[in-house]
Amino acid sequence: MHRYVLGRLLGAIPTLFLIVTISFFLIRIAPGGPFDLERPLEAKVMENLNRIYHLDQPLWNQYLLYLKSIAALDFGPSFYFRDFTINELFAQSLPISIQLGLTALCVALFIGGVLGIIAALRQNQATDYTVMTAATLGVTIPNFVIAPILTLTLGVWLGWLPVGGWNGGAFLNVILPVVTLALPQVAVVARLTRGSMIEALRSNHVRTARAYGLTNYMVIVVHALRGAVLPVVSYLGPAAAALLTGSVVVETIFGIPGIGRYFVQGALNRDYTLVMGTVVVVACFVILFNLIVDLLYALLDPRVRYD
Amino acid sequence: MTPTSLETGKTPAKGRSLWDDARDRLLANRAAVASMIVLSAITLISILGPMLSPHSFDKVYRGYVKVPASLSAYPKPDEIEPAFRTLLKRARVTIVDYAREGDEVVVDITSKREIDPRTVRYVDRSDMFENAVLEGFAADKKSAVLRADINFVHFYFGTDANGRDMMTRTFIAGRVSLTIGLLATVVAITIGVIYGATSGYLGGRIDQMMMRVVDVLYSLPFIFFVIMLVVFFGRNFILMFIAVGAVEWLDMARIVRGQTLTIKRQEYVQAAEAMGVSDGGILKRHIIPNTLGPVVVYMTLLVPKVILLESFLSFLGLGVQEPMTSWGVLISEGARNLQGAPWMLIFPSIFLTSTLFALNFIGDGLRDALDPKDR
Repeated sequence: MHRYVLGRLLGAIPTLFLIVTISFFLIRIAPGGPFDLERPLEAKVMENLNRIYHLDQPLWNQYLLYLKSIAALDFGPSFYFRDFTINELFAQSLPISIQLGLTALCVALFIGGVLGIIAALRQNQATDYTVMTAATLGVTIPNFVIAPILTLTLGVWLGWLPVGGWNGGAFLNVILPVVTLALPQVAVVARLTRGSMIEALRSNHVRTARAYGLTNYMVIVVHALRGAVLPVVSYLGPAAAALLTGSVVVETIFGIPGIGRYFVQGALNRDYTLVMGTVVVVACFVILFNLIVDLLYALLDPRVRYD
Repeated sequence: MTPTSLETGKTPAKGRSLWDDARDRLLANRAAVASMIVLSAITLISILGPMLSPHSFDKVYRGYVKVPASLSAYPKPDEIEPAFRTLLKRARVTIVDYAREGDEVVVDITSKREIDPRTVRYVDRSDMFENAVLEGFAADKKSAVLRADINFVHFYFGTDANGRDMMTRTFIAGRVSLTIGLLATVVAITIGVIYGATSGYLGGRIDQMMMRVVDVLYSLPFIFFVIMLVVFFGRNFILMFIAVGAVEWLDMARIVRGQTLTIKRQEYVQAAEAMGVSDGGILKRHIIPNTLGPVVVYMTLLVPKVILLESFLSFLGLGVQEPMTSWGVLISEGARNLQGAPWMLIFPSIFLTSTLFALNFIGDGLRDALDPKDR
C-alpha cells in the first residue's frame, strides 16, 4: 500500500515536468509580453525591466532558471501584481479557494447522493422524474446564470444574504458561492448515484440481505450503497478539477479573492510566472485527487488491490 | 468445392441489425422523440428565423432601447403623441392641431419663419414614423399640414441595451452556438476515435505511451489551454472552436480505447487477421464501426458541453465578437441587466436550456437504446 502511494507520487514527477515544459513554451510563444501597455514604455525602461526579470536571456536559459527555482518551490515574482511574489499571492488565495471548493464538493456529494438514492428507490415514479428533471436542469443552466438570479432574489429582493465579498469566510458570505458552485455537481452526482443504485438494488447480494430480513437502512446504506458509490468516487477527480476552474466565474461574480481569478488575469496579461504557478498548482490538485480516488476505490471495492 | 449458401434460391429472412433495434427502441422512448422534435424546431428557427424576421440582427433602434417583450406593436398608442411633439419641437415648428387618423398622424403646424420642406427629415429620422410629407402650404409658407405614417414594429422578445431586436439576435445566436457545438464535437470525435482505436489496437508499449500523453494533457488545466488557444487564433471563432475540439478529444480517446481492447479479442477480428488484412484495414472496417455506439452517445453529450464552454468563454469576454452573438454572449449580457430588463436573460436562456435539455434526453435515450444488456 505505502509502496503503491510512493510509486504513484514519484510517477507524478515526470508528468508535472512535462506539464511545466508544455505550458512554459506555450505561453512564451503566445504573442505579446507582460509589459506591453497601451502606451509603450520607453526603450531604456523596457530594457531594464527585461533585464530584471531575465527576459533578455535566450528562452532556454529562462526555462532552466525557472526549473531551478520551481524545484525549490519558488514560483518567482509576479509580473502584473508588482511587489508580490507568486508564493505570497497563493498563500493568500489558495486557502480560500480550497475552503470554497471542498465545502461545495461535500455539499454536492451529500445532497446529490441523497437525491439519487431517493430517485432510485422510487424508480419510474413521480419523485424519480422530478429529481431527474431537476438534475438535468442543474447540468444545463450555466453557473453565471444561476449566480445573478440567486443574488438578485436572496440578496437584493429578500435581503437575507450578502451579495458578495468574502469577509474572512463568514458563514453567511459562503452560502451563495457554495450553492452556485455545488448545484451542477449536485446534478451530476444525483444522476450517477441513481444509475448505479438501481443496478445495485437489483443485484444478488442485496436480494440476499433482504432475504435475511435486514432493516431497510442496513440494506440500502450498508449493502447497496457501498457498491453504488463507486462511479461517484471515480467522478471525484474530474469534479475537483471542475470546482477549481468553475470557481473562476463564481469568484468573479461574488468578488472572492481566490485563486480562480488568476487563471484568466494571468493568461490575458501574460503574467508568465502567475500562469505557470496556477498551472502547476491545479495540475498537482488533479494528480492528488486522482490518487485519492484510486485509494478510496481500493478501500470500497475489495476486488481492487494495490500490492 | 461447391460454393456454400447464399445461392440457395430463396431470399434469406432479413436480419435485424443492432441499429434497426436501436432505432425502434429510440422511437419508442417518448422523451427522446419529443427532444428530437424540439431540437429540430430550434435548429430550423435558427437557420430560417433571421431570414424571415423583419429586423436585421444588428439594426439599432435608438428609440427603442431596452423595451420589454410584448405581443402588441411598438410604438404604444400613448407614446405616439408625446414622441411626435418632441420631434417637431426639435424641428422648431409649433403644433396647432394634432390628429391621428388610423395609422397616420396629421398635424397642422405653424412657424415664425418659412417652413423648410426638409422639416420632414426630423420626422423620418425617428424609428417611429415614416413617409412624412408636407402639404397644403399656406400662401406665406408659414403654416402647413404634415402627414406621417406610424411605423409599427413588433419586438416579441424585447430589445437589448443598444435597441436591437432580441428575437432576431436570439435566432442568429442559435446559428452560432449550434455551429460551434457541432464543429468542435466533430473535430473532437474524429481525433478521439482515431487516436483511441489506434492506441487500443496496437497495444503494448505504443499504447502505454499514447495513453501517457493523454494523462499529461488531462492534468493540464483546461481553461488555461483554451485561453492560450484564443490568444493564438485571435477572435476567428471557427478556427478557435476547431481548436477547442482538439482539446476535448481526451475522454473520447479513453472510451474508444477501452472498447477497442475488448473488440480486438473477438473472433471476427482474429479471422480478419488470419486472412492477412492490414492493420489499417481492420481498424477501418471492423474496430471503428463497432465502437460507434458509445461514440454516438458521447457525442450528444459533448455538444452541450461545448456550447456551455463557449458561453463560459463569452462570459470571460473571450467569445464571439460584436455584432455577432451567441447564446452565451446574450445570456451573460442578460445576467448583467437582470434587474432592469429580465427579458434579455429569459429568452436566450430558454433557447439554450431547451437545446441542452433535448440533447441530454437524446443522449440518454440513445444510451438505453444501444445498451445490449437492456433487451
